Amino acid sequence: MSTAAERDLAQTLALPSVGLAPETEELRAEVREFLAKARAEGRFVPRCDVWLSGWDERFSRELGARGWLGMTLPTEYGGHGRTALDRYVVTEELLAAGAPVAAHWVADRQIGPSLLRFGTEEQKQRYLPRIAAGECYFGIGMSEPDSGSDLASVRTRATRVDGGWQLTGTKVWTSGAHHAHAFFALARSEPVQDGNRHAGLSQFLVELNSPGIQINPIRLLTGAHHFNEVVLDGVFVPDGLVLGEIGAGWHQVTSELAFERSGPERFLSTFPLLVALVDELSRAGESALGSSGLRELGALVSRVWTLRRLSLGIAASLSSGVAADVPAAMVKDLGTRYESEVIDAARLLVSIPPDPGAESGFARLLADAVLHAPGFTLRGGTNEILRGVVARGLGLR
Amino acid sequence: MNSGMNAGAGAATGSETDELAATARSVFADHPAEVSDGLPAPLWSTLTELGLVQLSLPEEAGGSGGTLADLAALLLVAGEATAPVPLAETELAGWLLHSAGLAVPSGVLAVAWDTGVSGAGAALDVRAESDGGYSVSGQLTRVGWARAATRLAVLATGPDGTDVVLSVDPSAAGVALTEGTNLAGEPRDDVRLDLPIAEADCAAAPEGTRELLVRRAALSRALLLAGAAVRALAGSVRYAGERVQFGRPIAKFQAIQQQLALAAAEVSAGRAAAEAAARIAAAGDVAGPDAGFAIAVAKARTSEAAGVIARIAHQVHGAIGFTLEHDLRLATTRLWAWREEDGSDAHWHAVIARRVLAEGADGLWPLLTRAS
Repeated sequence: MSTAAERDLAQTLALPSVGLAPETEELRAEVREFLAKARAEGRFVPRCDVWLSGWDERFSRELGARGWLGMTLPTEYGGHGRTALDRYVVTEELLAAGAPVAAHWVADRQIGPSLLRFGTEEQKQRYLPRIAAGECYFGIGMSEPDSGSDLASVRTRATRVDGGWQLTGTKVWTSGAHHAHAFFALARSEPVQDGNRHAGLSQFLVELNSPGIQINPIRLLTGAHHFNEVVLDGVFVPDGLVLGEIGAGWHQVTSELAFERSGPERFLSTFPLLVALVDELSRAGESALGSSGLRELGALVSRVWTLRRLSLGIAASLSSGVAADVPAAMVKDLGTRYESEVIDAARLLVSIPPDPGAESGFARLLADAVLHAPGFTLRGGTNEILRGVVARGLGLR
Repeated sequence: MNSGMNAGAGAATGSETDELAATARSVFADHPAEVSDGLPAPLWSTLTELGLVQLSLPEEAGGSGGTLADLAALLLVAGEATAPVPLAETELAGWLLHSAGLAVPSGVLAVAWDTGVSGAGAALDVRAESDGGYSVSGQLTRVGWARAATRLAVLATGPDGTDVVLSVDPSAAGVALTEGTNLAGEPRDDVRLDLPIAEADCAAAPEGTRELLVRRAALSRALLLAGAAVRALAGSVRYAGERVQFGRPIAKFQAIQQQLALAAAEVSAGRAAAEAAARIAAAGDVAGPDAGFAIAVAKARTSEAAGVIARIAHQVHGAIGFTLEHDLRLATTRLWAWREEDGSDAHWHAVIARRVLAEGADGLWPLLTRAS
């Protein structure tokens, strides 16, 4: 046994164990109180997978007004200069409550930080204050009909024209594009040379009301309209809306993946169902549950507690500038499988059939969870791709 | 191995704790990790000289005065090294004796407690004697390392229904030992007690001792499990890189990569749970509800992970890992043994669920987020 190899491995997997500051816990209490009140007033009904399906612009603006969006952005751009863990706590409270967060989700989670890191001063001034206010919504233009897991194969072409670039191609699975103001489109600005597919890709900030854009709905199997196909037909993007550097698109896109993969949305999509399950079970009592059911429930809670600890550790690592791609991939793999395990347990332990027509409650939450579950282990990198990332981190490939 | 990802290591602990872990690592690396017929004396004496035995016992009681965080780091390393020494048992026994105000002898200590409450179900019958001591009779089962112990710390229900701590000399007449082992070959001995215990070796247990003992035992075991899990994974990763089939290392096959990635995620989850529980216990009150919940999860999650990790490790190793000549078993037999000890995942899952049901639906999220 090579102890040196063990030590390397232990360190690859190591994460800080995070304690939250008292002021962060005070913030949590404020958010929790707001959510309890909003829910009591009927301003939202808890739902599963709210960060995809819960589009509510009024709610987003209210969060913005309370200072709970763009939290980590500097105050000069309308942000609040808070820590990553402050943002984490606000986010997990919203998700656990099943509150409608889809409208601002992409903008708050990744567009703001990307703009801050790669954007021009003008871009920051133009978008960040509105993102923090919950008034400006974004989509992600990465996948294409022929480019899913193999993102570097995108065929949307950016051609140099006078004063900017002309984009032609088709993006798919763009959540909320029919409501959003803009999206980040990844396009090939130079042909592949010498087999280096990661070079020659660029990111563009595309206003979705630009001429030449057509947005077509792609309905989920529930019939709901969240996804879109965005067809770009010679769309002009001025030089001022290039994100970062031409040719650096791959680096820019992949540098943000750990943030996208390790957040609480990767294990809390079915949390409202777990709450409804506990509600049913605690009213029926321990004797109705039986010993195997009891253990099943305990296992679910043990797993989600642990996932949260892992996820918090990654948030702390990332905020101190430490790369955490491998643990982030693990959280997403474990977390998204866990989201479906909640469904399995709910089905086994409570005999209420799923009802997509119900207004609320266990039957509706179960229905939404079952119908949304296939997406959990696909979006943001399939679990198989994520395990490949982990394998690379282990030195296997 | 990608050294670019190493910067986060040890970020949770202070540098003194890191140094301690590094010291322990090098000591274990210098000694073979087999369970021999008895205690590996050179390793134990080195650990003793370095103050790694009774690490968290106060100095005035003969310990090193370390923190619970120090102890957690040590146990994680000991588990990773699959060190065949009763560090956890000795520490736990020392804590129990000291918490009741009894002397903590040097050397290997064993710890045991009866399982029942006063009266029916109690495995030990404890009676008051006229000289102020007790007489004790009954059977303690599967006591870790009892055969090597200079002293046995026993928590038992006393005649009046409150708990007492007894410091038992295993060489005394009236102590009979039947040797046994766990799946890893570690000593787990049955101890038959039928003897008087002098007043000086008896003390009332402070209130809550039993619960604390159970928690400390479970936390220690969770940390050992988290460590052994790293070893099983590391060995598997190494083997996959060396073993050539179909003309290339089996690490190059996606089927193997995917399995090892699943194992790595379980290793990380178990470790995160164990480290978080240790941190919460060290930062606050081990007796408090937050630490209690965290420790329950830590033992449950590491135990749950143990089976997955061991299964994948053996599958990757093929038949050679299934033999006595290969050292994979040092990690996997411990994973299998330790997941049952100090409460299995089934036990702790039920404990967690009862707490969840008691808090109700509205209490679930607060329960998950309480301990910061």
